Parts: sequence; structure tokens; C-alpha cells
Amino acid sequence: MPTFDYAPAPESRSVVDLSPSYGLFINGEFTEGTGSTFKTVSPATEEVLAEVTEASAADVDAAVAAARAAYTRVWSRMSGTDRGKYLYRIARILQERAREFAVLETLDNGKPIRESRDVDVPLAAAHFFYHAGWADKLDFAGLGTDPRPHGVVGQVIPWNFPLLMLAWKIAPALATGNTVVLKPAETTPLSALLFAEVCQQADLPPGVVNIVTGAGPTGQALVEHGDVDKVAFTGSTGVGKAIARSIAGTRKKATLELGGKAANIVYDDAPVDQAVEGIVNGIFFNQGHVCCAGSRLLVQESIAEEVEARLKRRLETLRVGDPLDKNTDVGAINSREQLDRITELAAAGEAEGAERWSPRCELPSKGFWFAPTVFTGVSQTHRIAQEEIFGPVLSVLTFRTPAEAVAKANNTPYGLSAGVWSEKGSLILWTADRLRAGVVWANTFNKFDPTSPFGGYKESGYGREGGRHGLEAYVRTGA
Amino acid sequence: MSVSADRVDVRKTYKLYVGGKFPRSESGRSYEVYAAPRGARSAAAGTRGAFLGNVAKGSRKDARDAVVAARKAQPGWGGATAYNRGQVLYRVAEVMEGRRAQFVNEVQAAEGLTAARAEAVVSAAIDRWVWYAGWSDKYTQVDGSLNPVAGPYFNISAAEPTGVVAVLAPQRSSLLGLVSVVAPVVVSGNTAVVLASQDRPIPSVSLAESLATSDVPGGVVNIITGHTAEVAPWLASHRDVNALDLTGAADVEGMAWGDLERAAAENLKRVLRPAGGGSGAQEPDFLPTPDLTRLRAFTETKTVWHPKGT
Amino acid sequence: MTTTPAPLVTAAGQATRATEHLGVTRLTNQALSSWLHGLPGVDQVGCDARAATLGTRSIKTTAKAWAIDLAISMIDLTTLEGADTPGKVRGLCTKALSPLPSDPTTPRPAAVCVYGDMVATAREVLGDSGIKVAAVATAFPSGRASMAVKLADTRDAVEAGADEIDMVIDRGAFLSGDYLTVFEQVAAVKEVCGTARLKVIMETGELVTYDNVRRASWLSMLAGADFIKTSTGKVSPAATLPVTLIMLEAVRDWREQTGQMVGVKPAGGIRTSKEAIKFLVAVNEVAGHGGAWLSPEYFRFGASSLLNDLLLQRQRMSTGAYSGADYIPDDSPSLY
Repeated sequence: MPTFDYAPAPESRSVVDLSPSYGLFINGEFTEGTGSTFKTVSPATEEVLAEVTEASAADVDAAVAAARAAYTRVWSRMSGTDRGKYLYRIARILQERAREFAVLETLDNGKPIRESRDVDVPLAAAHFFYHAGWADKLDFAGLGTDPRPHGVVGQVIPWNFPLLMLAWKIAPALATGNTVVLKPAETTPLSALLFAEVCQQADLPPGVVNIVTGAGPTGQALVEHGDVDKVAFTGSTGVGKAIARSIAGTRKKATLELGGKAANIVYDDAPVDQAVEGIVNGIFFNQGHVCCAGSRLLVQESIAEEVEARLKRRLETLRVGDPLDKNTDVGAINSREQLDRITELAAAGEAEGAERWSPRCELPSKGFWFAPTVFTGVSQTHRIAQEEIFGPVLSVLTFRTPAEAVAKANNTPYGLSAGVWSEKGSLILWTADRLRAGVVWANTFNKFDPTSPFGGYKESGYGREGGRHGLEAYVRTGA
Repeated sequence: MSVSADRVDVRKTYKLYVGGKFPRSESGRSYEVYAAPRGARSAAAGTRGAFLGNVAKGSRKDARDAVVAARKAQPGWGGATAYNRGQVLYRVAEVMEGRRAQFVNEVQAAEGLTAARAEAVVSAAIDRWVWYAGWSDKYTQVDGSLNPVAGPYFNISAAEPTGVVAVLAPQRSSLLGLVSVVAPVVVSGNTAVVLASQDRPIPSVSLAESLATSDVPGGVVNIITGHTAEVAPWLASHRDVNALDLTGAADVEGMAWGDLERAAAENLKRVLRPAGGGSGAQEPDFLPTPDLTRLRAFTETKTVWHPKGT
Repeated sequence: MTTTPAPLVTAAGQATRATEHLGVTRLTNQALSSWLHGLPGVDQVGCDARAATLGTRSIKTTAKAWAIDLAISMIDLTTLEGADTPGKVRGLCTKALSPLPSDPTTPRPAAVCVYGDMVATAREVLGDSGIKVAAVATAFPSGRASMAVKLADTRDAVEAGADEIDMVIDRGAFLSGDYLTVFEQVAAVKEVCGTARLKVIMETGELVTYDNVRRASWLSMLAGADFIKTSTGKVSPAATLPVTLIMLEAVRDWREQTGQMVGVKPAGGIRTSKEAIKFLVAVNEVAGHGGAWLSPEYFRFGASSLLNDLLLQRQRMSTGAYSGADYIPDDSPSLY
């Protein structure tokens, strides 16, 4: 039989100009900071990419002070129209430098270049473009009377979509007239630092956006800083709860976008080939490092065998490997720590009696890798059906009736997203109505758009990001 | 309350309202409630008016039972049509209107108001139900959106009830404040467990009686009377409660609202802080027409995507 | 190229097989309708998205060289014009025999595809070269003729030496839900084909919906198609990647059910190497089965100008410089 072996098609790294070390971006300039440094590595190769500054409490203080000054003196006095024009500039520069951002993101995060190029970066630019237009139209947003900014916003973002999460956070904050101190994740600081250059190129007034790199303590210093008016966090439910506790009893507002354990419900009348694609996209997109990943497949018993067979056949064609290769579908796990967690939970799945399966695929010898994995015969009580794995691991459960599907889907403390597949319109709407989840993808999965609000129910956090609803968190209204 | 010249009046036993029934506290306890002296800003300020009655002193277990009742009632109430919920809320206003003399007396006694002022407060409370009743089938329209995503997808965002909401009713505004916090919770389809004003609970019992005769399904509103600082922490930490309204926690002795918010973080409850926030928390003036803040605070935005194709 | 001759099947035999496959006692329109409408639906947006993703595969260097040669070998080099003459067909056949005289390593296309009256001419030039002669038949492209005429058209082409027959289905019958008529016509043509392989053109541009494409694919296979083919090339849109994707899913699933291999032929509108390679990627990743369809026996491109673009790319890869039309000898150089 002939085989069609795709030759390596690596995206060139030459578009990225990496510095050996990076400082903090405070008040429009890169500064050395007073803390120590840490290394950021390429998860695909364990190559050290750069040394990055670990911002100290004093550095955070300086950043917040810069943001406060910029808020008071410049940004809160500027017309919405002019604020919007800065956001449009940023959007355009992101488009102009799209390939550079895509390659850098892939290097630092380990995600396939196909995704950073086709999803992360274009969506990040789209977020700025969308919010730019809101800046002078907030009175029309139906948020309440006299919408006005909180002041200084502290933002902490995760490593799974570094630039995109930055855009989700910064664009609405700036559009509504707030200034920002943002901390990117410690394993993926580089695209945020490159974004700082974009702010410079856009001539954004100094202090409107400040980037402080570091790990948990830096984030904590930012969240707990007395002069921060609002906190926006995307990350784990555990940290989200800690933030909620730490701001309890204060005037500080928070939006939290946390974990999930989404059910992807496939009814027996589903468009089965597209459902299989949706299942694959649901859990293997971005190595499953997605809070809204469809990590629990709930498939109707009457077609369970067929769907499993089709799914496995499809997974045999997934291409795992070099994230910079344009044909790679599944890249590297972001860090050793995350790899350990995935490995541990997958082992628990086996120990609990679920059947483990992975397609044949050769994993690189260096770097952090985990083969796409499917567990069948999973029960609700298995850990792999309850805990967020945040990796390329799918748990397959079955159901018999729509009511059972909904009950199982909702039987979790999380409530971020869900999927439902059926060709029957009324069944789709019936199911969507009953799913306790902030985003329901019907006959599709993992779709994102700046106009579409995103955020969870229950322990998946509160507040929405994107769309008109996403503006609410960044304004005060009323007398 | 008034003593007729020729007749010994029949006094009322003030009980809890849980799951549509009026039980005594499982703890068997009650506490004495007194009228506020005329013009008093707070009934708990050391001065004390006439004895009004022994009111059930709800316990943590009563609160627990109320959460169970609220959870059980939520799918049915949330699943009812908005038109139906609107009619039910309007019905509450009708029933209260029929009992307005009783409410005026009770509010006057509880809050130490003049008769005219009490009349105005009761009118506003009744009108508040009417105001929120009208929102039942409008807020999703006003708050929802069809989102023009960049692709062949139908994408719609709409508000849904968040689930079971624990409400700390205002301590001072015993009826208008109570209605102003309960109505926005239930109009969207949430069910409520309400801790009534600790020292001014009697109007809440009459409100419960109105609710029980207004087609409000049992369990949709549950009202616990008793000591706020004793019961509130159990509701704040209860993992089957989705949201917490701290309006009545602004100045309760022996309890910091920040502690309740901290407890609520354990399951990431949605928390509506007391007005003013921080250390400046205070009870707001409930007379002006509200905005949608309270209604929004206890809804979730759900966004549904669906492809458009042939 | 070795080709398995199509098995001899009578129309009656085909109907018997079909009843067995459907598990019914008699082949009625209702039975066919229930079966076809019981197939899983196709979500258009999801299907388009999958095709678009496959289209982002980056095929470089050795893989590209391999794919170009494979694509050349899969071409049904086609001329279907009212203005066709024996001279023009001779030129086309000569081109098929020697696509690039300066480079004898260049593969030959799979077949030359012509109208029935040109079969003898093509046969004469191609001889026993191994390049097949394919003829369109059954009142191509509209199919609007009596069954007697369609069968005579087919018989005429087979007798003139056609190895392959490209028939059109009655889209009117299909769209009005008369699946039995479509089945019977395909089965009847199949019987007349004898050992010639039958390609069934569904004219997907007229079927419009992806659900219809899936149903027409299964109906054609049930009726005995050796190949399912997208288009006549006379209707737009012709061969699109999503439609081909659905057909690849159909032949893949048919093989799972019956063990039979049915070929796929996108035809019309594929003009560049880049597009052709996207189709090969789809064959590779969708049909699967160890690349069973990655062969001219089971996958063809119905095309005319595609060959020259593939040749240009081939020159580009061998010389390292971009080539031009002047370096690709052709009898109809104006065509591209």
C-alpha cells in the first residue's frame, strides 16, 4: 500500500528575535526589577528560551503606582474615541506581527503552530478590534446609567492561551477606561512581553498597560495590592477560590474564569462524522489545556460502539510532535509539572478500572509529551470523570435517555461549557436549556469569538468575558 | 395588637416558612420581639417598645431544611414560563394589597414609623412586587443578546437563574427592604432562603402568609426568623447554595460580612455585597425605584452556539 | 497500472444484492428512502471546517514530489466539448502518452476521458499503453433521455473500446425522491458496461445539500458503482473538497460494511497542484485503510488543465526554478 508521509514542514523561527533576558514592563519602559530571575523553556525541547524577571512586591507596587498615575492623569480623562483608536492601533499591530507572535507563542507554550497561527493570534487581534469600538459607546451598552471605570485592574492569566487570554483581559479593561497591571503565567511570559513592545509601537500612554512577570507570589502581591480596584483572573479553581477569599470584605471586585469538566453529549441521531471531529477538537485542541475542553464524552448507548470505533480510527490520523511543524495537530504538554499531573490522573483512571487506549504515535524523546488518550468504560465516580485533567485525556461515558445525559452532564461542581450533538432541533434546545454551563456548543465545539460572552456557572467562576456582557465587570454604574 | 374592650384577642404564633409550610423551629426555640420606639433608627439600640410576640428562633438545621426545600423547588420554578412567574409575583401584590392594614400596623410597630410613613412604605413594598412582576418576561430580552460571531453560527446569550440564593434581608427595612431583596431573586427563577430582619421579623411572617396564598409554589421563598449571626454563616458556607445576598449583613453585631463572603468562596458563590462595601457598608434606602443590579446579580449568562447550514 | 476488471453483474442481480444489504424482501422506493434517510446527517458547517483544516496541511519537499507524481497518475485527462474533433482527441492522447517528452520519468495520467463518438480515436492512439479510455455516456451531461437511449449510448462506447463509462444519474428523479428510478438506471447501465468500470456522476452541484451527496453516494454504491464521481464539469460548483470528503467517508464506510472498494473521482474545477494535493491529503486522512485509496485504481481527478500545472510544479521541484508555459508542450496551450 502506498503511504503518504508528510515531510517535515517547520515554520521558521527566524521571525522571532529572542533576547537572552527580559525585564518588567512598567510605565511604558522595560525595567530590571528588584526580584530574582527565572528561566522559561520550550516545552517541546526543554531548551531555555530566555531569563525572565520575577517581579517582587516592590516591583508590583511600582507597576500599580504607574497604572494609578496613568489612570488619574491620562486614561480616565481621555475621550472614549481616542481610547478606542489606541485599541485599533494595537489590533493592527498584532495583525502585522501575527507570524512573529504565533511562532513565539508556539515556542514558549508548546502548542501547534497551526493553532497559534489560525486561532490564538487572529482571535487576540479580533478582541482588540471588537473592544476598540466599544470605547466610545459604553452609554449604549445597557450596563446601567453612567458607566465608568473602576480604576486600576490587576489581571492574572494562565499559560494555555497566553496571548489570547491577555487580549481577553486587556482589551475590555482599556476600552472601558481602566488601566492594567497584568501578570502572565510563569511558564509562558514571552508573548506578553512582546505585547509590551506593541504597546510601545502604538504609543500607548506609559502606565496604561504594565506587565509584571513571575509566579504565584507575584500574582498574589498583585491581587492583594491595596490600590488595585478590580481583579480579573483566569486559571485554576483552587487559586480562584483563594483570590475570592483574599478580596472578601473589601471593595475590590473580581471576575474569575476557572476550571471545567465539560460534558460533550452525543445523541444517537447526531451527524456522526462531524460529532467525531467535535469530540477530537473538544479534547485534543491545545493538548486539552483548555478550561472548556470536552473532557467527558457522554454518548448514547445505542451508538456508543460505533462512535468509539470512529473516534479511535480518527485519532490514528492525529499528528503529534514538533509544535513548529505546520502539520502538527497535538503539541507538547506545557510543563513537567502539568505532565506529572496528567500522568498521575491517567494512572488513576487505569487503576480505577477504566480501559485506556492511545493511538500509535511516536513521542519525541526530549520535552514534555503525552499521547492522546481515551478512557472507555468510565463511571461518574471515577476520578477521571470528576477532576479536571487539563490534558489530552478523554473519558467516555454512556447514557440511555436525554434526562440521564443532562443529569450526568450537570453532576459536577463545574459549569463552564458543554456540547450537544443531534440533528433534532427540539432536542438540542431542550438539552441546552437544562445544561448548567455558561457556554453550550451545539453541533460544534471550542468556538470562540470576541462578541460571544464566555464564562461559567458554579465553581467554574463568575463574570463573563467577551461581548456586551464582558464589559459589565469593568464598569461601575448608577449614582 | 390592639386590645378590644369586650374581647380577649387571639394572638398569632410567629413561625418559620419552609417548603410552603409554617413549622416551628426544629430547635424548639423562640425569641422575644419588641416594637421599635417611635422614631428609632434601630430597634436594637437598647430602647425597646411593646412586646410583640415570641418569634421562632430558626437554627442552622432549619436553614438546612430550607435549602433542601429551595433546591427541590428550583427546577420547577425556574422552568415555569416567565409569563407564569410574572403573574405569580403580581398575585403577591394583590394579596398584600388585601392585607395592607395588617402590614401597615406591623411595619409601624416594627420600625417605629408614623402611620403615614408606614402607609407609604407598605405601598412601595406592594408596588415593588408589581415592578418586578413586569420584569419576569423582559429582563432576558433586555439583558440577552444575539451575538454576531465571525462565522456561520447562530449565537445567543441569555440570562438564567443561578439556582438557590441565600438572602440576608435588611435589618431595618423590615418589609420594603425584604421585598426589595426577595423579588429580584425569585423573578428570574431562583429560589430563596431568606434570613429575616433579626429584630423586626414580624412583617416577614405576614409576607410568608401572603406568599403562601399567592400561588407561589412551596419552597420558592423560605423565610427563617432568628439570630442572623447564628444562622448566616451556615448559609454562607452551604455548598448547595449558589449565591449569597449580604444586603442585611451591613451592620449585624457579632458578624463581619467579609467573613461570610470568605466562607462563600469555598464553592464560589455569587456574592452581592452590602451597599457601600468595605468598612462603609450600610443599608441602602429602598424607596427609590431600583435598577437591574439585584436581578443581574443572581443570573447566569448562558451562550449557545449552533451552526447555520443546509 | 493494473486494474481489476469490474465483475459482471446483471441489473437483477444488483437488485437482489441490494435487498440483502437493506434486509428487505423487495426493493421498493420506500425501502430505499428509509435506508438513505436513516444515514447519519452531515452538518454542513462542521464538514466545511474539517475540509478547511485538511486544506491547511503543508506538503513540502519529498512529500510534495511524491504527491505530484501520484496526482498526475490519477488524472482522467478530459475533453468534453461540442467542438472536439478527432485531431484534438489524438493530440490529447499523445499528451497522455508523453506528458513531458523532455522528462521520461514523468508519470502518465490514468485515462483519457472523451465523448462516446471519440472512443475509437482515443483507443487507436492509446493502444495497449495501459492508459484507459473513459467515455461519458447516458446523455451526458443532463441525462435527460429515455433509458433506451442511455443504454444505447453506453453500449456504443463499450463496443468502441471504452474501459470505463462515466454515467450521470437522473438528478430530477433523485431530487423528487424517486430513488428507485436512480437505482434501476445505474444497475441497468452497470449491466451493459460488462467488464468496463462504471463511474457514477452525481452532479453534486445540483444535489446542493451535503445530506443529498451522502445519500446519492450510498445509492450509487448500492446500485453497483465502481466509482462515485462528483460532477460533469458543466455545472458549478463542481468538485469541492467538502463534497469529496463526504464521498470519501461514504466509500470508507461502505467498505466497512461490505468489504468492497469503491473509487472516488472529483471532477471539474481542480486546476492547480496545490488544490490537487489538498484532495490527496483528504484521501490520506479520511479514507484511511492504510492508503488503500491512494492509487489511480480508486481515486481519480477529472481534469484538463490540472495536468499542466502539475508538470510545472514538477519542473520547479526538479530544476529548483519556477517554470513557465513555454516549457510544457501541449496541443491546446491556450487552455491554461
